[in-house]
Amino acid sequence: MTTEETSCEPAELTADQLKEEMLKAYPSKTAKKRAKQMIVNDPDAIPEIGANSRTVPGLITQRGCTYAGCRGVVIGPIHDILHITHGPIGCGYYSWLTRRNMVKAVNEGDTNYLQYAMSTDMMEEQIVFGGEKKLKQAIQEAYDIFKPKAISIYATCPVGLIGDDVHTVAREMKELLGINVFAFSCEGYRGVSQSAGHHIANNGVFKHIVGLDDTPQTHPYTINVLGEYNIGGDAWEIDTLLRKCGIHVVSTLSGDVNYEQIKNAHTAHINTIMCHRSINYMAEMMEKKYGIPWIKVNFIGADQSAKSLRKIGAFFESKELKDRIEEVIAQEMAALKPIRDRVTARCKGKKAALFVGGSRAHHYQDLFKDIGMEVISAGYEFAHRDDYEGRSVLPSIKVDADSRNIEELTVEEDPQRFRSDFVEKKKRLEAEGFSFSDYHGMMTEMKKNTLVIDDISHHEIEKLIKLWKPDIIGSGIKDKFVIEKMGIPCKQLHSYDYGGPYSVFTGAANFYEEVDRMLHTKVWSFVVPPWQKEAAGAERPYYAPRKEKREKENTAWKKTAEIPEEV
Amino acid sequence: MRKVAIYGKGGIGKSTTTQNTVAGLVEQGKKVMVVGCDPKADSTRLLLGGMAQRSVLDTLREEGEDVELGDIRAGGYCNSLCVESGGPEPGVGCAGRGIITSINMLEQLDAYKTEAGDPLDYVFYDVLGDVVCGGFAMPIREGKAEEIYIVCSGEMMAMYAANNISKGILKFAQSGVVRLGGLICNSRKVDNEREMIEQFAKQLGTQMIHFVPRNNDVQRAEIHRKTVIEWNPECEQADEYRTLANAIDGNDMFVVPKPLQIEQLEKLLMDFGLMD
Repeated sequence: MTTEETSCEPAELTADQLKEEMLKAYPSKTAKKRAKQMIVNDPDAIPEIGANSRTVPGLITQRGCTYAGCRGVVIGPIHDILHITHGPIGCGYYSWLTRRNMVKAVNEGDTNYLQYAMSTDMMEEQIVFGGEKKLKQAIQEAYDIFKPKAISIYATCPVGLIGDDVHTVAREMKELLGINVFAFSCEGYRGVSQSAGHHIANNGVFKHIVGLDDTPQTHPYTINVLGEYNIGGDAWEIDTLLRKCGIHVVSTLSGDVNYEQIKNAHTAHINTIMCHRSINYMAEMMEKKYGIPWIKVNFIGADQSAKSLRKIGAFFESKELKDRIEEVIAQEMAALKPIRDRVTARCKGKKAALFVGGSRAHHYQDLFKDIGMEVISAGYEFAHRDDYEGRSVLPSIKVDADSRNIEELTVEEDPQRFRSDFVEKKKRLEAEGFSFSDYHGMMTEMKKNTLVIDDISHHEIEKLIKLWKPDIIGSGIKDKFVIEKMGIPCKQLHSYDYGGPYSVFTGAANFYEEVDRMLHTKVWSFVVPPWQKEAAGAERPYYAPRKEKREKENTAWKKTAEIPEEV
Repeated sequence: MRKVAIYGKGGIGKSTTTQNTVAGLVEQGKKVMVVGCDPKADSTRLLLGGMAQRSVLDTLREEGEDVELGDIRAGGYCNSLCVESGGPEPGVGCAGRGIITSINMLEQLDAYKTEAGDPLDYVFYDVLGDVVCGGFAMPIREGKAEEIYIVCSGEMMAMYAANNISKGILKFAQSGVVRLGGLICNSRKVDNEREMIEQFAKQLGTQMIHFVPRNNDVQRAEIHRKTVIEWNPECEQADEYRTLANAIDGNDMFVVPKPLQIEQLEKLLMDFGLMD
């Protein structure tokens, strides 16, 4: 990293000027493309942003692959089914416990397979002669050892090339073993990012698991929490809060969820969505087939959590529930207030930027806002235009070949199980002003003249830090150390740096404390590279090899290193 | 909708036979779509009167482009619908994966209907010569082609290839609905060709659905970029293709093939090769 001069005053640039500075280094074709993906925000007249397009080769991106989105994000957290990666060992190995979707085996006899990584470890022989035979053997072996309720198979890149038909193998083994076996064509090269993997995963879960158990709910207020992956225990906090209010969660997709819960998910009254990008497909398909409506919620941030609870209460139209919710909110806010006030006093006005995921970059802004901090820039890794601009732009989104390649299921109303009473209720509530299927996107909630950057590159992060000097950045592992080496604290929002949970009120308290610590720790002032110190003339220790042999050996050290006698 | 796949040794006359047969079907008013599954993209030349049709896989190359069915599907002779999967140039990439991607894309684009939205009578998958990897078997996977015709001649290597392809069909037939509909003998004027192929078919458990005589009219029509039926509807060869089309249309013999051992195949050739 060099200290280069820029032609503009630092931290005084407008968003347009910053954008121009970022684009200066690019060749013209790249600059043209990136210009469409970097937007100066105006929440009242939201501009169109380029999103969900191919990554530009040469820009260092945060994105991952389709296998990651399918096996890593959506299906991986299901803890009592076996996850078998069909492919060479790398994919299976590097997705082994690399994500903090946590699981608790609570009851005697509960199974948790997440500690294991299962792979068919394809070798050259399987690539040349086909891997279906080995896959069948692997499934048989896995069944013999674990006797699971279900087995899920993930195709990796080479599997797609050689044409191994994983779906037929799954069908055959399902018949043979008598358990649910299903496969995902989530080869890494499909689509342009993890997002394709989410879509493929949603299709599979909907086709093969949801709806297998029709046991009706007896609880009066039942919901599903979709798109919550229990990173660091987030889902547990959300569940606890909801139970306090008297709301029952049928299933969380897919943090700490088990197979039985997913089978039964379609019996809930309403779907609530946390991460719109990864799970909106499921909500739409469930509404089409079963008539279950969905709403967007956000349990990140104190104010937002309260808002979400109240919205759920309004849906159930029960005074008893609404009163209980207000009680709980009052309690939680009261408990949170001292921490929040203390941290706000210390952090107010400081600047944050977030570049992460397909939803977190939006929702975690609320945690910063809770403590009076300002979000100057944000962007997603793999989101689509509707995550930025809101669902109202869905009809105008161009479907290109990369998206067309990902299967869209045709879903019809289930003749027996479609809940027309839910549809009636939805219509009635909508007439009264309640909004369903409502996600307004990130840009409506960001201030005017903030800079929104899709799929941010390494170069752009560096420029942002140098020229706008945020006080903290929320992002992921790939850019964490780049950011920290530039002297800015970075809070990982995928892994929470092994911290968290950050959801609802209890988690918000954690977040406030951690951000406070990060912003005020003195260590960042010690980050001065040696070559910058040198410029001030400090002397650097210099080692010259000895010309003559040492005459007397230095034995002083031996005394101090005496090993104490064993007791 | 009947879903047919045409396999056979490279150069044996699959694309030629398919297009000429399709001409016979569309002449009768049937609604037919031909899907070329060969990176050479030469499966619809005679129906379209030349090549240069945009392939399905070409759409993948251009970023951000809207994919319209109209871009990749063209109308040919007698309202036949023509699609080319396309694929990599010789020596690079992976054509097999290309076929998988192309057929999936067609399903996503809902291509299996006429422009007016009516169901098709036939879709023909014209698959390249040697089925060397999983990708080329894509057309006979579940839900795609249900009946297969193998084009062969009385030459040993063509029969060997036909036998090999039967092994592939057997594998898919055991777990799915695909079946062998018959052998189409594209004559090379080999001695006792007809009898040999009839016997070969019998041993495989199937039938020789038609014997197409060798005739220069086929080449003449090809040079004019036409099927024989279009180029000269009155000639004898045109009637041969009409007969083949009717044979396929009326076929009800669909079997799980019984591939031969190499010794059986060689014995067959010896028996018929030595007859005079």
